[in-house]
Amino acid sequence: MSTAIHLPRSGFDFSNANRNAFLEGKGVKMPKATSTGTTIVGCLFKDGIVLGADTRATAGPIVADKNCEKIHYISESIRCCGAGTAADTEFVTALISSNIELHALSTGRKPRVVTAMTMLKQRLFQYQGHIGAALVLGGVDATGAHLFTIHPHGSTDKLPYVTMGSGSLAAMAVFESGWRPSLEREQALQLVVAAISAGIFNDLGSGSNVDACVITATHTEMLRNYVMPNVRVEKERKYGFRRGTTAWTRENVRDMVVSEESRPIATAASGEAMDTS
Amino acid sequence: MPDMSAIANPQQRQFNPYAENGGTILAVAGADFTVIAGDTRQSEGYSIQTRYASKVFRLTDRAVLAVNGFAADGNMFVKKVKQRLEWYRHNHAKDMPLRSIARLIQTMLYAQRFFPYYVYNILGGIEEDGTGAVYSFDPVGSYEREACRAAGAAQSLLQPFLDNQIYFKNQTAARGYSHPAHLPLPDVLSIVIDSFTSATERHIEVGDGLEMYIVMAKGQTLPDAVTNLLPEELPSTGDGERVFVLKRDLKKD
Amino acid sequence: MDHFPTNWGRPKYDSFDTHATYPIHNRGHAQSAASNGAVQHTHFSHSKSALRQPIVTGTSVLAIKYKDGIMMAADNLASYGSLARFKGVQRLHPVGDYTVVGASGDMSDFQYLQHILDGLVISEEANLQDGHTLGPAEIHEYLSQVMYQRRTKMDPLWNSLLVGGVKDGKRFLAFVDLLGVTYSASTLATGYGAYIAQPLLRKAVEGREDTLTEHEARTILEDALRVLFYRDARSINQYQIATITANGADISGSLKLETAWGFAEGIRGYGAQTQ
Repeated sequence: MSTAIHLPRSGFDFSNANRNAFLEGKGVKMPKATSTGTTIVGCLFKDGIVLGADTRATAGPIVADKNCEKIHYISESIRCCGAGTAADTEFVTALISSNIELHALSTGRKPRVVTAMTMLKQRLFQYQGHIGAALVLGGVDATGAHLFTIHPHGSTDKLPYVTMGSGSLAAMAVFESGWRPSLEREQALQLVVAAISAGIFNDLGSGSNVDACVITATHTEMLRNYVMPNVRVEKERKYGFRRGTTAWTRENVRDMVVSEESRPIATAASGEAMDTS
Repeated sequence: MPDMSAIANPQQRQFNPYAENGGTILAVAGADFTVIAGDTRQSEGYSIQTRYASKVFRLTDRAVLAVNGFAADGNMFVKKVKQRLEWYRHNHAKDMPLRSIARLIQTMLYAQRFFPYYVYNILGGIEEDGTGAVYSFDPVGSYEREACRAAGAAQSLLQPFLDNQIYFKNQTAARGYSHPAHLPLPDVLSIVIDSFTSATERHIEVGDGLEMYIVMAKGQTLPDAVTNLLPEELPSTGDGERVFVLKRDLKKD
Repeated sequence: MDHFPTNWGRPKYDSFDTHATYPIHNRGHAQSAASNGAVQHTHFSHSKSALRQPIVTGTSVLAIKYKDGIMMAADNLASYGSLARFKGVQRLHPVGDYTVVGASGDMSDFQYLQHILDGLVISEEANLQDGHTLGPAEIHEYLSQVMYQRRTKMDPLWNSLLVGGVKDGKRFLAFVDLLGVTYSASTLATGYGAYIAQPLLRKAVEGREDTLTEHEARTILEDALRVLFYRDARSINQYQIATITANGADISGSLKLETAWGFAEGIRGYGAQTQ
């Protein structure tokens, strides 16, 4: 009797899902993924889209990364902000970015935002929410400027101003009181900065700096750390340690240099030289 | 017809009488002083309730209590301790000694053994022999006198740092030298400030403001380095121990 | 602070949305959670009073400090689950001459508190006549003791309350909820307002508490209420504003918010649709 091992042809391997659920029920702690507790936003303006994101990544109440990048590259004129499980947002945007590039090469056209949106939502729906990515997708293509939100289960929204993540209510409050149609570039950028700042200072899951990205038909400008309102203060003391601070139980000094001596071997008279290479 | 089943058939769901309000506290005892500090952020979940809520309270001229955990229990507990200390004052015409306050706090916590005050207490001040002292408690009253203690949200970040910098754990002294048993006040204050700025960087529930209470033993004056920081002196009842308060801003993100 | 009163004081269930992708934690039911062993039953669950839950609820209350005192606002809706049941409810209640209490959460518990507070004022001011009167700080202290004692009996009053007022030239503004948790700040908001309005209020008020005029303060609160009406599904565009100054407390009649929905004209579908 043969015991065939069935491996999925592609995609994720769920073979441990039942075992893990059982263990979790028994009280075994499962590893916790790094999350981007996050405020991410996007808004339409006269000539295109402005995207914004904070830069804090958290693992529970601990700040895992004080200056992470949450605005991911999809194509030259399409970018995507990610909230949720950091690994999921990074991988799903990288995959769709790659597929969009292939799609652009095979069609010979600039990719459209709806294409990226459809690819993302189909993949997230396929995985029924197990890919924990909550996205703000924005860009400019042949049909104009478009802005979407994509939820982890695959639903989408198309709106003139959107927010996502734990700071989404704080940021949305700013948009609801400040957004108007046909904003100028600078006005839209300042509104996005205000929305992200509302998240940074009112939502504990968000913090550190403001990243922004302005996308127009002709140009995409990535404004990494556009505002830095939370610079680390200087410490009161120096915490250098005197040489010899760390105790040891055993001293073992070894010469790490390996010296080798080699000399060529004289060739035999028969003419068949030994291969010494 | 809208679904009203949730209202028509109330499900049995237990009421949770506790909340976790974040923040962190810390105390360090010196030879003739004690520093008791706490941040001023009060939070629940991912929301900041207020950027200024004190967690450190003066009890007497020589005792300061820091409370951390469930804010409602904390405030109620401080209120009850203060009431007991006032009764003691009326009965004995003097303030309760620090070690007696510590024992009082133990019995008051253990009295609630089966519906505990969800509060971590750190008591700091000056003993009757004039030495600085720190007492730390668990929520049901187990306590211990120590030289330094951190508690609350960032305890796991701060305590190892204090062990290293105050107790000199894992630091071998240079040949012919030994580590000091007590650090001077300016050094302790620097370590306390650095502790809180570091916890603010890496813990989301710590920030907004820092309050440091300094209790000086009888006859001791503040070093110039500390006086220059312009601490506020709290009014005292006699000419014994003195209590000062130093405030600092912390990051608000 | 949870925006939905039904969840207040309940244990958190983080198994859903562990990474807080959604702004508000969606809390599961204790029964379903208990069945897979996630919840440990304590002796608290045997209390008969733990069955209580809010029925008719009010949403956010907002309040700020300004130059002349305290300004507080709440809308006029009392919801029955997702039904907009009562649309003319007053959720701001004057207590004595210097104080206004604003309530979100269960409206019957709030009416009970109004009864208690009115009785308190009558016994303190009519019977005693000792020259002392209750100010906002005393009302807040009293309320927080009542709320804390009820939570300790495992029979909470299911409210989040704001207490604001002016007495002896001092402004007072503080919060207390069903757990007895209290705090004070120059801007406060309960319910959904803690997430949506509080960021706006903090930006508009912090550092300007002593210079904001009554007109500016009113505009700030109205703007916040408008945003809440746009985004809080348990809110309504009718509201009242209380101003408490050295001249006493004044609660406005029911006012209506001006709203704009023009942006909706341009929206087509949720994805690839263009028509």
